[in-house]
Amino acid sequence: MGGGDGNRAHRARRIGVRVRLFAQLFADLDETTKTGAKVAAMVRYFAAADPADAAWAVYFLRGDRPKRLIPVRRLAAWAMQESSTPPWLFEECYNSVGDLAETISLLLPESQQSAGRPLHDWMENVVLPLAGEHESNQRSAIVGAWRELGGTERFVWNKLITGGFRVGVSQSLVVRALSQASGIPEAVMAHRLSGAWEPQPGAFANLMSQETSDAVVSRPYPFFLAHALEGGPETLGDPVNWQAEWKWDGIRAQLIRRRGQTFLWSRGEESVAERFPELEEASALLPDGSVIDGEILPWRDGRPLSFAHLQRRIGRKTLGKILTEVPVVLVAYDLLENGGADIRGQPLASRRALLERLLTAVRTGGRILLSPLVEVSDWEVVRAAHGQSREMGAEGLMLKLLDSPYGVGRRRGPWWKWKVNPFTIDAVMVYAQAGHGRRASLHTDYTFAVWKDAELVPFAKAYSGLTDAEIRSLDNWIRRNTLEKFGPVRAVRAEQVFELGFEGIQLSPRHKSGLAVRFPRILRWRTDKKPEEADKLETLHALMESA
Amino acid sequence: MLSVTERGLYCESGDFYVDPWLPVENAVITHAHGDHARWGCRSYLGSRDGERVLRTRLGFDASIRSADYGETLTINGVRVSLHPAGHILGSAQVRIEHGGEVWVVSGDYKTEPDPTCTPFEPVRCHTFVTESTFGLPIYRWAPQADVFAEISHWWSANRDASRASVLFAYALGKAQRVLSGVMNADIGPIFTHGAVERLNRDYRDSGVALAKTTYASSAPRDQNWAGALIIAPPSATGSPWLRRFGAISTAFASGWMRIRGARRRRSLDRGFALSDHVDWPALLQAISATGAESVWVTHGYREPVVRWLMDHGVNARAIASRWEGEMETEPIAPDESAYE
Repeated sequence: MGGGDGNRAHRARRIGVRVRLFAQLFADLDETTKTGAKVAAMVRYFAAADPADAAWAVYFLRGDRPKRLIPVRRLAAWAMQESSTPPWLFEECYNSVGDLAETISLLLPESQQSAGRPLHDWMENVVLPLAGEHESNQRSAIVGAWRELGGTERFVWNKLITGGFRVGVSQSLVVRALSQASGIPEAVMAHRLSGAWEPQPGAFANLMSQETSDAVVSRPYPFFLAHALEGGPETLGDPVNWQAEWKWDGIRAQLIRRRGQTFLWSRGEESVAERFPELEEASALLPDGSVIDGEILPWRDGRPLSFAHLQRRIGRKTLGKILTEVPVVLVAYDLLENGGADIRGQPLASRRALLERLLTAVRTGGRILLSPLVEVSDWEVVRAAHGQSREMGAEGLMLKLLDSPYGVGRRRGPWWKWKVNPFTIDAVMVYAQAGHGRRASLHTDYTFAVWKDAELVPFAKAYSGLTDAEIRSLDNWIRRNTLEKFGPVRAVRAEQVFELGFEGIQLSPRHKSGLAVRFPRILRWRTDKKPEEADKLETLHALMESA
Repeated sequence: MLSVTERGLYCESGDFYVDPWLPVENAVITHAHGDHARWGCRSYLGSRDGERVLRTRLGFDASIRSADYGETLTINGVRVSLHPAGHILGSAQVRIEHGGEVWVVSGDYKTEPDPTCTPFEPVRCHTFVTESTFGLPIYRWAPQADVFAEISHWWSANRDASRASVLFAYALGKAQRVLSGVMNADIGPIFTHGAVERLNRDYRDSGVALAKTTYASSAPRDQNWAGALIIAPPSATGSPWLRRFGAISTAFASGWMRIRGARRRRSLDRGFALSDHVDWPALLQAISATGAESVWVTHGYREPVVRWLMDHGVNARAIASRWEGEMETEPIAPDESAYE
């Protein structure tokens, strides 16, 4: 009998250690701004944690969170009752702390007990079932946990149930830590960690598995991204080493065909297959074990439609008519997996050859197109092509080293994006509004107008592009030249002219000017220009037609 | 008895001020922190225990008269005595009695034991003027033994990683409390910033035992700082003075460290919630122990404390203070910058 009690006590201690481990991981991550120390803390955790708990830790570290299970208002009410704090005093405390989960854990009486449950048990048997529960059951579960947990554990618990769990580690740090803990290379780990994550012990075991021919069929590879090229390509050395193609303005995506199934992932690691059923259909004949990196583009008559068309499709819950109004294609840039083999380590030139062979052999109904190459015999030719980007419906050019492997994340050197200069126009500021955060007391948001006969018609808002000194000086001018106030918005004298840049332009019945511009920003404050020298609405229409 | 004036709390019958914030003729001082002991008064009255530190703060030409705790002086017919406040060495509550009425001005205080100063004594009075620096229920201190154990653990982890541990603590009071608290923890070597070392000397000369310390600037050029504990005032945060120590972990010992955001705002590695002020339960307990019919609340979360007291049947009011909110750094005398 004594032995039985001893075993139970031993088990309780061991389990207690497990849940404290996660709270300790949180504290360790929270206590340092040094990435090395954060990685070391995660490595320690993964080495010691039960896979069932570690699976949940990965879930939270990736930034996944359960949907908010209980309204915070209820949590606050229960905390007030538990701590005998009147609402006004709770409010004072909250204002002083600035974080609800922390306020609650600071106000509750100290717990005399130590937690007896591992993290996965808390999540699966306490937290997740709360969602459908009656309020009184929710209350007893939450209050019970508060009484059971102490210190950091209670704070972490509150963070879990309020869904506000942020630990300040990027996905790449989590990948690095898992890689160090398992000995699996970072690229493989990044691949394993992308896509949806099920917080199950088996998933964690797969993550750490030394068997590297990964079985998870839906997983995309991490995207390889390019840096912006400023100026021109002449600094890149011999053009013979480079591949050039158009930079399209669509949705960067990975099309995966494995085990007779198609998966389509956007760069934000969202599954978008159901939004583009024609691509799923088009990939039906691709051999298993093919992964294509490309761009989803609205496409008609051999050229892309504007991004606004694609936005219409993204916004739609049911597709129907839009399928014919805005047809899409996948323009294929790269091949990452061929015949089931990860070929990212091969040079771009070989991957491109395999991609060409694949798309020649397979019928896709014209839905999967090979990204056309641009001639790179010398940089002058490339420059000339760059100048034609707009006519092609592209944003500029991509320049990629022919011997570059397909890397992870954004790295300087092997891949560059060379965007075309934006459209520019001179416009008059007509309204100003105060900004947020650091600039809350300054007018930083401006509305601009162009001339339509003798009238100024607003067509764009811009927030960025001026220096802090210019903003202060302009703010001063705005305060002295306000004609009228509408809440936070001030109508100002039409005197200041600005050169604006934007990426695209299209008709918009919602705007008074009848036009909408994409990514407007301030290029220069034209103190040398008078308002009557600003551009006319006809100029904008002409720009749109030329594009 | 007392009134709030633009120079501070004034006793008209006795013609003296308690902790005036502008120069006056006669000042009674609760303790030597810069927000209580200001320069330029013609004469000061303070506790015997606190005489050395007060002189260090006010300068050698200041006219300071000292009284023992409990000793009653008569100033223009008003009976004045000083009683331990447990805040720092020499800190006092000022008891003022006139015409059968008793007032007590707490200054800053804590009721937890602290080997570097005489423990707080509750004093019965009709009106109690209390501080409220940590006057919200989110402020509750863990047992100090736990905090010292955490500091010790932090230091040993840093030593094992070949880092120096830089602990920021107010130069007067908190630094010495830490040095006393870790005395038996086998931590070392311990180095100090000049502002701290100057006051260590006053504490030791007053008979307070502290862990052995070395003035950091007197260390040889090739000193290996890995594994050292360095005690510096908060004003040294981010200063070039820290560069000499190489790889460091930083921490702040202060009641403000109870709140995560307060630590993160300062980009510190660790925060130790160690305070020389009463926490919420101790504040209410101390107020109640005075038996006061009326409570004046100053220095800190005045309004919430007043409202709480009123809701619990105590007649309370908030009084103005020059010193509000979270003190980023302890106000220190200008000449202290000369120490480094």
